[in-house]
This record gives sequence, C-alpha cells and structure tokens, in this order.
Amino acid sequence: MSAGMKSSLKKEIRDDLGVSVDKCYQCGKCSAGCPLSEEMDFPPSYLLRMLQTGDAMLQEKALCSFSIWVCLTCETCYSRCPMSIDVPAIMDFMRQKSLRERKTHREARKIIAFHRSFLKSIEKTGRLYELGVLADYKMHTLQLMQDLALAPKMLLAGKLKIIPELIHGRSDLSSVYSGTIKKK
Amino acid sequence: MARIGVFICHCGENIGATVDCEKVAMAASEYDGVAYSIDYKYMCSDPGQNLIRQAIKEKELTGVVVAACSPRMHEPTFRRACNEAGLNPYLCEMANLREHCSWVHEKNEATTEKAIDLVRMLVEKVKRNHPLSSIKVPVTKTALVIGGGISGIQASLDIANTGHKVVLIEREPSIGGHMSQLSETFPTLDCSQCILTPRMVEVAQHPNITLLTYAELESIEGFIGNFKARIRKKAKSIDEKLCTGCGLCTTKCPNKKIPGEFNAGLGNRTAIYVPFPQAVPNKPVIDKLNCTYYTKGKCRVCEKVCPTQAIRFDQEDEIIDIPVGAVVLATGFAVRGTDFFPEYGYGKHPDIITGLQFERLASASGPTLGEIRRPSDGKIPGKIVFVACAGSRDPAKGIPYCSKICCMYTAKHAMLYQHKVHDGESYVFYMDIRAAGRNYEEFVRRAIEEDGVNYIRGRVSRIYEKQGKLIVKGADTLLGGMPVEIEADMVVLATAGIANEGSEVLAQKMHVSYDQYHFFTEAHPKLKPVETNTAGIFLVGACQAPRDIPESVGQASGAAAKVAALFSQNELTREPVIAVVNRSAPPMYSTCAGCFMCVSACPYQAIEKEELTDRKGQLIKTVARVNPGLCQGCGTCVAFCRSKSIDIQGYTHEQMVSEVMALLNN
Amino acid sequence: MTMALGFYPGCSLKGSSREYSESVLALAKAFGIELTEINDWNCCGATAAHNLNRNLSLALPARVLALAEKQSLEEVLVPCAACYSRLAATLHDLNRDEAIKSGISELIGMELKGSVHIINIIQFLDKYICPLLENRIIKPFSKKVACYYGCLLVRPHSVLHFDREEEPQSMDVLMAKAGATPVDWSFKTECCGAGLSVSRTKTVARLSGKIVMDATERGAEALIVACPMCHSNLDMRRGDINRYNGIKSSVPVLYITQALGLAVGLDPVDLGVQRHFVNVEI
Repeated sequence: MSAGMKSSLKKEIRDDLGVSVDKCYQCGKCSAGCPLSEEMDFPPSYLLRMLQTGDAMLQEKALCSFSIWVCLTCETCYSRCPMSIDVPAIMDFMRQKSLRERKTHREARKIIAFHRSFLKSIEKTGRLYELGVLADYKMHTLQLMQDLALAPKMLLAGKLKIIPELIHGRSDLSSVYSGTIKKK
Repeated sequence: MARIGVFICHCGENIGATVDCEKVAMAASEYDGVAYSIDYKYMCSDPGQNLIRQAIKEKELTGVVVAACSPRMHEPTFRRACNEAGLNPYLCEMANLREHCSWVHEKNEATTEKAIDLVRMLVEKVKRNHPLSSIKVPVTKTALVIGGGISGIQASLDIANTGHKVVLIEREPSIGGHMSQLSETFPTLDCSQCILTPRMVEVAQHPNITLLTYAELESIEGFIGNFKARIRKKAKSIDEKLCTGCGLCTTKCPNKKIPGEFNAGLGNRTAIYVPFPQAVPNKPVIDKLNCTYYTKGKCRVCEKVCPTQAIRFDQEDEIIDIPVGAVVLATGFAVRGTDFFPEYGYGKHPDIITGLQFERLASASGPTLGEIRRPSDGKIPGKIVFVACAGSRDPAKGIPYCSKICCMYTAKHAMLYQHKVHDGESYVFYMDIRAAGRNYEEFVRRAIEEDGVNYIRGRVSRIYEKQGKLIVKGADTLLGGMPVEIEADMVVLATAGIANEGSEVLAQKMHVSYDQYHFFTEAHPKLKPVETNTAGIFLVGACQAPRDIPESVGQASGAAAKVAALFSQNELTREPVIAVVNRSAPPMYSTCAGCFMCVSACPYQAIEKEELTDRKGQLIKTVARVNPGLCQGCGTCVAFCRSKSIDIQGYTHEQMVSEVMALLNN
Repeated sequence: MTMALGFYPGCSLKGSSREYSESVLALAKAFGIELTEINDWNCCGATAAHNLNRNLSLALPARVLALAEKQSLEEVLVPCAACYSRLAATLHDLNRDEAIKSGISELIGMELKGSVHIINIIQFLDKYICPLLENRIIKPFSKKVACYYGCLLVRPHSVLHFDREEEPQSMDVLMAKAGATPVDWSFKTECCGAGLSVSRTKTVARLSGKIVMDATERGAEALIVACPMCHSNLDMRRGDINRYNGIKSSVPVLYITQALGLAVGLDPVDLGVQRHFVNVEI
C-alpha cells in the first residue's frame, strides 16, 4: 500500500450517494453470498477494503477491476449486510466512473459492449429491438456464432421480432441521451 | 435583621476565566442584608470551607450563599460546613455560576451581569429560608432478591451471611438459571452443575434466606429502607410440606410430550415435572397450561399414585406482602432463537441450533446424555460449523452490541466437540476474538492450536439444507474475501444475548430505567455499576448486559456489600424538602378545602386524608396531610392546589417569588 | 366488473417473452379487468442504463412514469420484475430528493409528480384476481411446483416493501390456491445470471443450472416464475444448463399467469405455452 496521497473516492461516494464505506467492518458476508464471487478478481468485501484505505493505487485497481462489471446487481449483498451498506449503489458508481475515465477491465469488453448495444437500440427506436442489439453486439465483439443455434427455434416460437417498434417520442429520448450518456 | 454571607468561587479557571468574580462579590456586598461578601479560588477546598465557617462565627451570619458550581456537586459539602459552624444547613444555598453561567457563555460584560443576577436571586431567597431538620425513617433489614440464577444466589448468600434476612424469589420452579443448563464453564472446563449445586443447596438451607420458587413480583411500593413488596406465589398444585420429592408422579404422568424449557426445546418433559434432577427445591410443579386435568378435566393419575397425597388440584395462587429495605434485581438474560435468522432458514432446520441448545447436548444430564447428536436423526455429526456473532454486532438486525460471551463459549463448544468426536471436523466462522478475561486468550489458542478447530474469519451469508446436509456459505476475509462453502452435519449459532422476557414490565413496576434493548440501566456507567437511579434498588448480573459468570458473581457480592451498608444503619436520614399542608389556629385550622386533588396528583401516594376533630371527638373538617416518610418533594401537589394550602419546605411560594422578583427588579 | 388499471409491458413482453404478455392479457380479460397500456412508453433502461449512466437510468423510467401521470393512471401493473425494480428504484430516488426530481423532470422535458403507484404481477394477482378466484378453478394445477422469485421482486426490501427477502411466500400461496403443491426448496431467490445471458453465457449456465438442479432434485414438476429474464435463462438456455449440470432436466418453466390461466381453464395457446423451449405437458 503506497503511503502517497490519499485520494477522495470514498469521500466522493459519501458525498454523491450518502453511502459510508467506513461502516464496513470487513465481515465478508457480502463476499460469502455473492453469486459471482468466484468469478471476480476482487470479491465485494475486498473491494470495499480497497476503497476504505483511501490509497490511490488501490482505488485505481478497484476502478480497473473486473469485479464491478461481472456484478449482477442482484442486491444479495445489500440485503444481508449487517451495516446496511448499499454495495450495489457503490458498484454502479464505480462502473460509471471507470467508463468515464476509460479504465475498464479487458475481460469486461463483451459485457460493456452488450450494454452499449442495448442502449443504442433504445436511442434509435425507444423500445428494444433484439435482433438489432444482437447484430450490433456481434459486430463489436466479433462473436459471430453467438446464439446462432437459438435463432431458428426462437423464430418458430414467434419470439423474434423482425420489425422494430418505433415510439413517437424518439426525439425526446435523443435529447435525454445528449444530456446524459453522450455528454462530454 | 438578615445577615447573609456571600462567597463567590473562582473554581480555578472554570468560573474565574469567564466571570469577573471580584466584581460579583463587590456587587453583592452592596445589597440590603448582606453582611459579608468575598471571592476565593476554591471554595470547596479546606481553606475555602474554613472561610465560611469563620465568617459564620465572626460575622454572626444568618444565611449563606455560595456562588460556585452545581448544587449537585457540592451542596452537601457546604451545608455540612455551615452545620459544623452552628448554622442550620438549610440556611445555605448555592448559586450555580458554573454550569448555568461560565460554562455556557463567552467571557464578556453580559456574563458577569448574569452572574450578579444569579447571586442576587439567591440572596433574596435565603433571606426567606427557614431552618429545617432531616427526617429520620427506619430501615427494614430484609432484602428482596428477584431472580435465582448465579447472580441472585450469590447476592442472597452474601447478604444472608452478614446476618440480615433475604427473601429470594424465582419465577421458574427451581433456582439455578442458565448456569445450571451449561455443561462445562470456560476457561477451566469445570462441570457447571458441580460448582453451582452446592451454592443452590446452601441457599435452600441458609437460616436467613426464605426461598420462594415459582413466584413473581406482583407490585412494589415505598422507598429505600421502606419497601412493601407484593409477591405472587403461583400455585404449584403441590402441598410442599407433604411432598417428599420422590418423583413417582413425574414417571406416571401420561402427558410426556411437552418441550422442556430446561433442555431449551431439545427434550420433552411431563406436565407434572421437576425441571432437572438437581433442582432446588426438588419438588415438582404442575404446568397448568399443558396438564390434561386442567385443560380437559380428565386424568389425575399423579394424585392417585402420590404416596403422601400431596397433590392439590384446587390450590390457588397466593399473594403475600413482604416489607423489605432493599431490592436486588438479578433476573438474568435470554438468547435469541434460530428463528431470528431469515438467511439461515427461519429456524425450520432442526440441525441448526443455538449455543444454549448445544450446551444441553454436551451436558451429561441432557437429552442425549452428553453425546453430540443431530436433533433430526440422532446421528453423530462428522462436521460441525459454529457461527459466531450470529445476530450480535448487527445493526441491520437491531442488535448492534457485542454479546461478550460467545467467542469464549464457541471455542469451548468446538473443543468439547473435538474431545467427544475425535475424528470430527469443526469450523468456526468469526469476525473477531474477544477473549479478555484471565486465561481466556490462552483458552481460545488451545482450541486452535491443540484441538484442531478450524477458525475462518468471515461471516456466513446463508445456510440451506440439501439432501440432509446443511450447506454453509461463508467467506475467508483473510484471503481476500474468498468464498468458503462447507457441507455440514450440524450448525451451532452463537446467538445474541438479549433481555429476558418481561424485563420492561418488571422495570416499570420497580421504576427502574431500562434501555432500548430492555436491559436495566445502572446509575452511572463507570462508577455506580450495581446501583440504579432508584435508591435502594440494585442490579446484578446479565439483566444489565450480557456477561460471564465471574463478573456476575463479583457484581453480586458488590451489590450485597451496598445492601449491607444500607442495613448497617438503624435509621435513614431523608432530606426535609417535602410538601406540607398548612395548619393554623381555630376556627380556620387549615386553608385546605378538602378537595383532595393533591391526593390524585401525587405519584408516590404520599398524601392522606386527616380528620380534624374537636375535644369532644366531633369532626370539624377533613383536610389533606402529607406523609413525610413517602413524600419525594416533586411539587406536583403544589401546582395542583387551588388554595395554595400546600407548599414545599425549602422551596416555598414566598421563596420562589422572591427569586423571580429579585431578577426583575434590577 | 371493469376497472382501468395502467399497464407497462416493457420490451421483453413485446419481444422474446411475448407469451408472458399473452398470458397476462388473457387472464385479465377472463376476469374482466381492463388494462390500459401507457401511451408511447419507452424502454426502462433495464440493466444497461444503471450500469453505464446514472442520470440516464433515472430519466428513462421517469419518462414512463410521467407518461402514466399524464394519462391519469394512478396504479400501473408492471409484470416484468426488472422493469418493476427500475421503476421502483427511480420513484424511491426521486421522491427522496426534490432537487433530483426537478433535475430529471427538466431532462425529460415533462412534468413529474412521482405519484404513480406501481404493482408487480403478484400484487396484481393478489389484489385483482384472488378475490374472484374461488369458483373459477376448473383444472387445478395439481403439480409439485418450485416457485422461483429471482432477485428483483423482493430485494431490496427497504425500497420495494414486498413479501420478504429470504424464503418469500407470496407466489407459493397463490399457486396453492390454484391447486398446486409448492415445494420447499433452497434457491427461491438465488440469482439466475440476469443480463449476462448473451455476454457471458457460461455464468448463466452455472447459476441457472444450480436452480434447475435443486428444483429437479426436490421433485418439482414445474418451475413457476414472474420475470421474463429469469424465464429466458431457465428455459431458453436449458441446453447450456443441461451441458453444465451433465444431466438433462425437462422440468418446464411457466409464468405464474400461465399456471393460473391453465387452472381457470383458459386455452393453452392463448397463454403462449407452446412458445417455451422446454416442453410443457399439461
């Protein structure tokens, strides 16, 4: 742990979200119950400790972690935490920040690409166009064979919409996007 | 002609740095009736007190005002000093220049002006003070101990051994409390019952102790030295004089499936029962709620088989009144059940048990005769998981505090398991190890280093059942929060220690404070651990907070010493600050109109009706009279009285108004 | 008895989970309950929005709520558990802080009071269908069922105030009323893998695999769900699940509305049962 300058990530979290990382007494209940714990590079309690130290290097590591992207926001940690720390809110915060600062983990590429394709589809039509999302995702991740086997079955079951639904308020959404995710 | 002495204290820097004490003394010296006025660094010191004593004699003072700290600090000090110099102590008052002035204001003109005002108010009051004498009340030298666990037992024995009488009441059929349920005690692994039962027997046989089991406090009134306790002796349905304790009835009772309280729900008992073989008194009681005769009108087998015809189905609860001088609360604690944990199955898995239930399994007199067996199928578990901090240190579950004893008894349980099941595997999920007593740390190390108990630092997120096994999902925080999943045969939760059921009801009856967890509150957290805010009522043991046996025993002896000190006096002195209904010459006799609103207002039932009669014995009028022994000087009656016929000695209407007028007439 | 109740289907119900929508509408029609779809509703943003941008994650649901308010819909049924969770979270955040509410209102360019009361499918069934259910059960759903609640219906309790976080019972009670025998099992609220269906399928196979395994081992003859994401993971991804578990499980997955629909004698085709990947044998 570097003895260098103490960054303010946990202070930011407290000011922005009202969540106090210092309340965590490292009991590990979150890591114990997290369904994705075994796939994370840093389980949730460990991540919280990294933030608690206020250490710049550890904070960077946390922002660049894979943990935050594989987190499913299933809220299990929050529901069992004895200190009622809103870990999912911290995860959202870290994700958004790591994206803004372009610090995302390599292995999270596909996950982030999917989210991006999803949101792009909504910006265009207002409602999810699954075929469009999948096509865009495949283009960005080159996962060309992804779910190819499922497609015919879905078509037969009537679950695949060929034509997207367009809402009237698309321009409203456009301005929402410019004011949020597209803002520099 | 009033000759008041005014003494302004600097209290070192406490008052002196903010208030111009010299100026205050000067201002006071100008007042009508003030014969002497000085300031000094430390009035409470010996030389300071000497100043007062000398001034009283030399200046022939008729009253004293000491302007210093709070009367709660030093009123007794200065009153004693005045008394020693021959001035009635109630002609001495204090003006609070510290808590009411220097400690709450900045140093400036206004602060000194306020100090001058305060002094002037008290000078005017003291001019109107009357000499008063303390009230003496007798002391009943019998102590009431409520609760027959180890704390209550120890307190009773200690008080009884000083030569005073003790009445010990316990709501269960036997004394012994939780200590009698334990198998072995840490850190020595002494057999719990072996060290407890001799004391229990001593209590039963002690000539100074009256033991009443299956009895509860109904109500209590009075004050220190003079309580009247009303006890309800619940009907045992047994004539104790005839019963020999042979136990035949308990073997013949057909109703055998009642979950036994002593075995923490792991074993059954009969409707007529003795809680455990070493019970004191070793006589049965009938559980009216479950007995076939009481609920359905049939059976009566016990009556038929009893060799001394000791069964009495028609026995009723008996109410007795006992005068006592002090009360010791030793009602102990309870442990949370497994149903408190949603993530561990809401208590539906029989193989997830509490620490207390594990004690019963490990105990030689328990439902499994000392073998650790699964409650579900009776098999010996090959893998046990102990969960420490189950419910404690958990604000989300409403119990933020630490239950103190669990780290120790969990280590003990794990050790006992390893001793009994040699090839068994035990795991302890913990957050911290709190082992702060004598030989405690070494005890826990023994569990880890010699008995092979696996300690994992992390809390358990969830426990669920799968094909007869219990899947425990925990984490190892010392390995970065790595998830650890164990397939256990049995899980022991070290559940939180909580206040006993009915604690708040008892506390309200006793006018004793309790906190949000219903633990009773002591008078001062550091310096008065065994006293309460109600004089004459003492607290011992776990009814105040979870604690272990040596602490409880130590506290019990401490409280016993306080009781003994109380009983060492034949009379108690009470402050004369009490209400008095005026009396005057005929034909008035008293301005009291006999409306008796004061009687209903008084929270201490201290006001009575007095019939005033002439020499022939004929009734003139009935007026109110305050019982000086019961009055606490709260003043509620004074506020109620519409004719101003009742007044508080030392805080009369005249004195109070004079203070207000002194403030206004600057 | 007809009454107007708002309806927010969400994207899944219009797309790959259309049988859920079909069953909801069929059931509502059978009981005379009128559902008024919110005009021009947009996607709530689901997982993607709150993962990538906070304000977007509030704005998208906020627009839906504002539209409902404009239509004077006081109560809105939200059958998709994910949409329900997003709308509830948005309402919670907006109603807690006036500054945030006005900021989002400005962003979407619509007035927003935050007054809409949203209900999930189980609350809807409890309130509107249950009171009328007694004499309508024609073909009791007499199977052993494992009710799967997933994450977002019951967590976090402080926001949703619905049922209980551990071992919830509301669906089990409903299914018992329909004639089923709910099985007591241990994976009622364990996550199925949610939105990682496409980007990390093996995780879904693992997590959903455990759920199917436990239900199958306990003798469940059907899994009952109330979320299109969960349904998709447990049903559509059954092939991956079977490969992960090494066992082929043919326990079908039904929406609770389908199960109830079958119990009151509705045509299985109207309930969209034939659209499932794992065969449903009634």
